[in-house]
Amino acid sequence: MELFANQVLAGIATGAIYACMALAVVMIYQAIDHLNFAQGEMAMFSTFVSWQLMQWGVPYWGAFVITVAFSFAAGTVIERLLFKPLAKAPVLTNVAGFIALYAIINSVAGLIWDFTIKQYPTPFGSSPFLGSQLISTHQAGMIGVTLLMLLLLFFFFRFTRVGLAMRAAASLPESARLVGINTSWMIALGWGMAAAIGSIAGMMIAPVVFLEPNMMLGVLIYGFAAAVLGGLSSPFGAVIGGFLVGIFENLVGTYIPGVGNELKLPIALALIIVVLVVKPAGLFGRAIVKRV
Amino acid sequence: MIFALRIAAASAAVIALAASSPAAFAQKKYDTGASDTEIKIGNIMPYSGPASAYGVIGKTEEAYFKMINDQGGINGRKVTFVTYDDAYSPPKAVEQVRKLVESDEVLVVFNPLGTPSNTAIQKYLNSKKIPQLFVATGATKWNDPKSFPWTMGWQPSYQSEAHIYAKWLMKEKPDAKVAIVYQNDDFGKDYLKGTKDGFGAKAASSIIMEESYEVSEPSIDGHIVKIKAANPDVLLIYTTPKFGAQTIKKTAELGWKPLQIITNVAISVGSVMQPAGFENAQGVLSAAYAKDGSDPQWANDPGMKKWNAFLDKYMPGVDKTDNGVVYGYGAAQTLAKVLEMCGDDLTRANVMKQAASLKDFTPDTLLPGVKINTSATDFAPIPQLQMQRFKGQKWELFGEIISGDVPSE
Amino acid sequence: MSAAEEVVTEAPAVEAVPKRAMTLGYGTSLVVLVALIVIPLFVKNFIIFQLTMLLIYGLAVLALNILTGGSGQFSLGQSAFYAVGAYTSAILMEHTGMNYALTLPIAGIICFGFGFLFGLPALRLSGVYLALATFALATAMPQLLKLGYFEDWTGGVQGLVVTKPDAPEYLQSLLSSLHLKISQDMWLYYFTLAITIAIYVAAVNLLRSRSGRAFMAIRDNEIAASAMGVDVSLYKTLAFGVSAGITGVAGGLGAIAVQFVAPDGYTIQLAISLFLGMVVGGVGWLPGSIVGSAFIIFVPNIAESVSKGLSGAVFGVLLFLVIFLVPHGARQVAIVAQQLIGKLKKN
Repeated sequence: MELFANQVLAGIATGAIYACMALAVVMIYQAIDHLNFAQGEMAMFSTFVSWQLMQWGVPYWGAFVITVAFSFAAGTVIERLLFKPLAKAPVLTNVAGFIALYAIINSVAGLIWDFTIKQYPTPFGSSPFLGSQLISTHQAGMIGVTLLMLLLLFFFFRFTRVGLAMRAAASLPESARLVGINTSWMIALGWGMAAAIGSIAGMMIAPVVFLEPNMMLGVLIYGFAAAVLGGLSSPFGAVIGGFLVGIFENLVGTYIPGVGNELKLPIALALIIVVLVVKPAGLFGRAIVKRV
Repeated sequence: MIFALRIAAASAAVIALAASSPAAFAQKKYDTGASDTEIKIGNIMPYSGPASAYGVIGKTEEAYFKMINDQGGINGRKVTFVTYDDAYSPPKAVEQVRKLVESDEVLVVFNPLGTPSNTAIQKYLNSKKIPQLFVATGATKWNDPKSFPWTMGWQPSYQSEAHIYAKWLMKEKPDAKVAIVYQNDDFGKDYLKGTKDGFGAKAASSIIMEESYEVSEPSIDGHIVKIKAANPDVLLIYTTPKFGAQTIKKTAELGWKPLQIITNVAISVGSVMQPAGFENAQGVLSAAYAKDGSDPQWANDPGMKKWNAFLDKYMPGVDKTDNGVVYGYGAAQTLAKVLEMCGDDLTRANVMKQAASLKDFTPDTLLPGVKINTSATDFAPIPQLQMQRFKGQKWELFGEIISGDVPSE
Repeated sequence: MSAAEEVVTEAPAVEAVPKRAMTLGYGTSLVVLVALIVIPLFVKNFIIFQLTMLLIYGLAVLALNILTGGSGQFSLGQSAFYAVGAYTSAILMEHTGMNYALTLPIAGIICFGFGFLFGLPALRLSGVYLALATFALATAMPQLLKLGYFEDWTGGVQGLVVTKPDAPEYLQSLLSSLHLKISQDMWLYYFTLAITIAIYVAAVNLLRSRSGRAFMAIRDNEIAASAMGVDVSLYKTLAFGVSAGITGVAGGLGAIAVQFVAPDGYTIQLAISLFLGMVVGGVGWLPGSIVGSAFIIFVPNIAESVSKGLSGAVFGVLLFLVIFLVPHGARQVAIVAQQLIGKLKKN
């Protein structure tokens, strides 16, 4: 029983990583109705930027704020420069664009900072949290930050005009334009916010997995899975999805004999597919009704 | 009189020349890829994709041969180093190697990296009688001159390293319960096999847990939690650098202090021990055959001084804590020695012959006491390792140089 | 929003391509065919090898075009079917000594079944969810191939070495009587070419048939198609099956050409490459498959020759250039070319 509890706790700790990433994924989905493959790489690049700032002597929170602002700006610029021209192009072409962006960012990061792992500081320290050795204070801090971001996003979408405008632009672009919303800039704003959230996710994740250009590879897949499980239209679902994926993955690895360990990721993904078959919009997503 | 003197002088010179280098009057022999002015060397490395961290090895080798060329080349010939990216994908490796052989027409294929890529190209190169020299992986199967006379390894094989750990454990901690965390690919599985073979009959009773993980996992903390629950005394860490650092950090965070033995691949002070936390890494054991570039104990070592000078001039800004830089230098130096030994007979057969005739060769970067030896039946150039313990902020070597020779099957 | 549901009038994820525009005109087809037959006679073995891979990946992209461009199902998992086909061929050749040519139809049939079975649960998914499901399949495949249970057959992480076939006896003796020789590479190329042409013709016919029309109806508007009596479930799974089968044959050919199979050769990277090949060639435009295949084989090499350290970035930039200039892929180029030729003919 103790092993079970331990694995659940450890799963929550890892799940926090996925939840962080899933929030960024949901953010971009809210803005453009698609999953952006380059999300992880953008987060990684932002984290490297913050690391570089700290190498140059900027203190942690200063670097943190500068990086978030930089990521927001960079996300917006990337959208305006690279994806606005593709707005009229087919969806699949846009996806190819995401893949191209992924390749570029990954390669450039590798050239500038090369591939050895780098230690990344945490503002929360690394001692056991509340005496439990399974969750460190950093991981608890990460969960806290994720929940805080979730709360801020909730307020943003529910209670601000801009948030409402963004939701309108994403779900019914034509109607939104009719009431005067500049849908094009909403998309840019969505990209900026997603990049900013992604950078926070990256800065939270790096102390655990160590900073290097390929660090987001696995995280992104889990982030997608968590977001889809929770429901792509629900930031709250994304966070819950993240924790669930983390816990489930650990339990599969521990309790399914033989193949459980080697097939952790496929089994986790299979579970998500099963959930989708039963509840196509995810656990907390809104059901989608299609009209002809 | 003067005329006679001149002839005498000339004859003396000729005789002296003939006496000093018997090969001097041997006919110049070349295979495709070698000429009076050039030796073409081919190489494939993962410069992109999941294993791109190893690309630095190819870059180091390229820079090394540039340095050799600046110093006059090998026996007066410039080395042209052609290297291609295989993205760690076997089909791409096959394509690139065929390009090297059939389009670029290289003399030898040197230090190709990765067991899958090398397995893919082994049959092709052997059938075309092209040396697959100093393969950059620790798999044991490259030491098989009977079946694959054109393939030779370089670094100590993973299995021989694992043997050494197993034997040491049986001697120093005979009743210990051992858990193994290993990467689920040819690298990790080779270590696993070597460990089990090393324990021999005691394997089943000593090894209480074998836990694998995938490279695609962001963090292996969950695996460590699982292993801790089984309460082993010893943890064998067969991982690549990033996961090694995660493991050492996690065991410390969990407040758990097993005896940890980590693979040679993940021993870099600057890129593994420091991120993991020096205080967490105290007492970790490993084995080494080369010097660590970030370890201050070699600061005054003449070999490493040359290495540092080389880096400062030809690869400014490179991360010196990256073990790949040390590795690439050592391997390139070995090839340069072999080519030099070939003299004017630059046929592929002679290259293999010279490569199989290395006697006590010591590149700048190997540990004192570790020597390269090859023969017609021994295609494993470096079988020796020395164990080391992490103390303070560096590795302390202890014990003797051990030979972990594992014959191929 | 107060509504518990979202009402969405979705634009189709895959845009409609009219039936007639799905293939090349006869003239162009003939030119291409002649080029494919004649060029290998004049180039080095290594180039022939690259051309063989061009055809093989072209087949895989063709299969994806049928699935996504034809029936509108988004798949990022083709590498899984490719892997199954490759391993089937390799295992049959190395463990049972079967003739290489026979392994291909078997690989195709096994993959057809596999694809059909995967298509069943995938019925309820679409768009980004289907993409994720296929992505999961592609990620799972290398790990399944490494499983200890199957190691005796698959060779585990070490993979299997495959023997390359020689040209058949009768052909060799025929050619030697004319003082000609045919290398293994050349024979394999023409063998692959024959199979590619056969599959291409079959695919074109499939898309022109009733089944093809059903596919396209589903792609353009699934609900309307269902309302008009198209058996959506059957045709969707059929599309998956056919696509997987063709990819499996391509995989088998790939195993023979490369002479080696290993889990590392069939990662998600391959699935993404095939996807990019489809987009560059023009989604749903079958002849574009070979253009897409050329892109994914040769452009990385070009990127590498430009800059080794930044090869990924150069590739990304080139990809961006292509999708900016021709968002609809090679099909767009072909249409423009056709229009130009039409104008020239008039003058």
